[in-house]
Amino acid sequence: MEPLSWTGSLGSTLIPALTIAAAVFVAGVILQLVMGFFAPEVKLQSNSDGTLQSRGGLLGRLEVYNGYLFTLVVFLIAAIVVVSWFMPYGKAGILGEISKQFLPVWIALIVTFVLSITFKRKLGLYGKLFDSTIGMIGFALVMFWVFTSIFVGLFDMIATHDPLQQISGIKNKTPGFPVPEGQDADFFPHYLLGGDNLARDIFSRVVHGSVIVMVIAPLATIFAFMVGITLGLPAGYYGGRLDTLLSFLANLILAFPVILLFYLLVTPEIVATGLPNYMAAFLFVFPLVFFGVLINSRYKTQGSKNTLYLALVLIPLAFLYVNVVSDADSPLHVWPESLDFITIPSGILVVFVSVVFVNSPTVYRIVRGLALDIKTRDYVAAAQTRGEGTWYIMLWEILPNARGPLIVDFCLRIGYTTILLGTLGFFGLGLPPESPDWGSTINEGRKLLLIYAHPALPPAIALLSMVLGLNLLADGLREESLKD
Amino acid sequence: MGLFILRRLGVMILTAICLTFIVFSLTNLYPNLEKLAKTQGNFRMSDEAVTSYLTNRGYLQPRLVKYGQWLGVMPGYVIDGSDGETRARCAANRTPDENTATFCGIIQGEWGQSTVFKEDVSGIVSTRLGLTGKLMFWVMMVMVPGALIIGVLAGMREGSRTDRSLSTISIISTATPEYVSGVILIAVFATPLFGMQYFKGTATSAMDDANFNNFFLPVITIALYGMGYIARMTRASMTEVMTAQYIRTARLKGVSFPNIVMKHALRNALIAPFTVIMLQFPWLLNGVVIVETLFNYKGFGWTLVQAASNNDIELLLGVSVVSVFVVLITQLISDIGYVFLNPRIRIS
Repeated sequence: MEPLSWTGSLGSTLIPALTIAAAVFVAGVILQLVMGFFAPEVKLQSNSDGTLQSRGGLLGRLEVYNGYLFTLVVFLIAAIVVVSWFMPYGKAGILGEISKQFLPVWIALIVTFVLSITFKRKLGLYGKLFDSTIGMIGFALVMFWVFTSIFVGLFDMIATHDPLQQISGIKNKTPGFPVPEGQDADFFPHYLLGGDNLARDIFSRVVHGSVIVMVIAPLATIFAFMVGITLGLPAGYYGGRLDTLLSFLANLILAFPVILLFYLLVTPEIVATGLPNYMAAFLFVFPLVFFGVLINSRYKTQGSKNTLYLALVLIPLAFLYVNVVSDADSPLHVWPESLDFITIPSGILVVFVSVVFVNSPTVYRIVRGLALDIKTRDYVAAAQTRGEGTWYIMLWEILPNARGPLIVDFCLRIGYTTILLGTLGFFGLGLPPESPDWGSTINEGRKLLLIYAHPALPPAIALLSMVLGLNLLADGLREESLKD
Repeated sequence: MGLFILRRLGVMILTAICLTFIVFSLTNLYPNLEKLAKTQGNFRMSDEAVTSYLTNRGYLQPRLVKYGQWLGVMPGYVIDGSDGETRARCAANRTPDENTATFCGIIQGEWGQSTVFKEDVSGIVSTRLGLTGKLMFWVMMVMVPGALIIGVLAGMREGSRTDRSLSTISIISTATPEYVSGVILIAVFATPLFGMQYFKGTATSAMDDANFNNFFLPVITIALYGMGYIARMTRASMTEVMTAQYIRTARLKGVSFPNIVMKHALRNALIAPFTVIMLQFPWLLNGVVIVETLFNYKGFGWTLVQAASNNDIELLLGVSVVSVFVVLITQLISDIGYVFLNPRIRIS
């Protein structure tokens, strides 16, 4: 097989057109920025024929042209993606083949966007997201990786090779390198993004890495929120000694340099003492407490309903809890082996626990601040006069009214958790070295960065796009929720 | 004010004691000590040999006693070892003589010995801090003016096109952790991949002789990540100030827009970013560790990684004492500075 070029036969037509359009667009934007800086403020001017003009002159025309150019660039990119789907293998170059591999993701994205935009007026805050361009771009980036992880993790689609498959002769080879003839198995004929230091396919590893990130980051963030909410609400609502003590503990954890904490928690010697297992046992109780109190505070006057709901939620949760916490090789082996269906690899558990541990004090501080603010409102006073219990007030009066900032922070925090996971991987802590997660892959790649730069770049760009998407999404959500 | 500072100092010292005790406990767990004994002695030690090695060097005393000795509030151990030698903590594990002090801990200025570098911890920490200080100075020189300019430009006309473009740029920079931007910057500017090999990909030579060529990439890598955050805070504070009553009055009086920004708004808008810049130090410390590892610049962060990965107890403790104090002192400065800069806040 021939090595693939980046753009294949599109290279002669569409790609140069795109490059020129993009370059002119960027130049236009910069020019516009510079001019906009000196121009007077935008004022609506009325023309003599009764129409309104937003901004006239050279700058106004530039804005219009830039708008057209941006549409052209988007159209060209879409054209390249679509055209490459219909080209035979190898003709569309590396970019075309990658876009072909992502076909299920594109379809899922298009379906999501068409459905959401059609029904956006009925979808509440989620629907409003589709009014802001920034929010839409962020949402598209996030959903791209969500769908990728779903299709890779559940259906095993997208990836071209096994993430651990080594094929001799492709060690550190550049993108588009063909798999040599005479292999035992029928492999995908190229390494689309080249091979890494151990001759594994970088493209497949990046795609598989998204699964790990997508499983750990949101889950860890949810746990951090459970811990933060369960401790932050009473601290803010009651104040006093409890608040002082909890805030001191939170500040204590926050004053730790994160990396030192990771090194202290994640080294094999500490793992051997079982410390992370105890921490997991402690931190994983919080969802149980949270849901128990949430239901009990609402239905405690309706005995039978209360018992039913509590049983429905708590029994599965408690079952999950013992399943997760108790493991054969952990010091907390309390559950019979035959009933233990979930075994979390100790590396993942350690990483999970330390990320939750680092994140929860910040969530605690945010929730505490919100509770301090909201507890002075009239509806809280009304609930107090009605004689509602304190937990009812905290969880059913204060918490729902704090949801706006919490949702925004949740998005930001998933991004931050992704960064933390990457940091752990970057220092080779926690996850096994052959794990395809982005941090570990960057760590692998950076060791030979000055000689072979291509293995480290794709995971770095993947991580960047994902975190950027979450940040843009949070920004869009904030903007839209402020408009109310 | 004096009472406020005093109370903050009290909390600070309590926090520092708690934190160092946690680090101390975690580094002194038995598996860690066993690893230490095997790396210091030899790898084929039997379990008994490990125990006697650790006992002879005072590692197996009760944890609180050890912590007290390290802190310098309890007399250092003098142990008649099972191998016939007498070792004293205050005589660097040699036989004590009449000049040997009874107390030797952090309070007396004895930071102990690094087991990896075979040097005094205080010496290592001070040289490494000096190197990191050089890095941080240049990071600050790039980051703070850059962030303030971006934030003020974005915040002076909220919702304008300048604002939206600059805000997007700052979002992008906050979304790029150091290990991503560092890798991308090295790949683009220090390897022949894109034909733009302008800078050096390692900063090892910058330790003695820092120049634009070898120091630019590490500095810009740390600065980029922090810049976005500070810029966003500056923008938020600037937009708040621009909607204030006195700005409206100034506009109604006919003051020109540049004059309003420079003379009326800027000073008040810079109070909040000052706090943020101070609170940014702990994050910068994080960035320093990553960047120093990535660029092989042997400063404070690099030392932290070396100490932590080799379980070099005394060095690790020294490093964490310093970093915890940096964090706490910057918090204190930011609180005090906030009170001084903002005349509306007076703490009784």
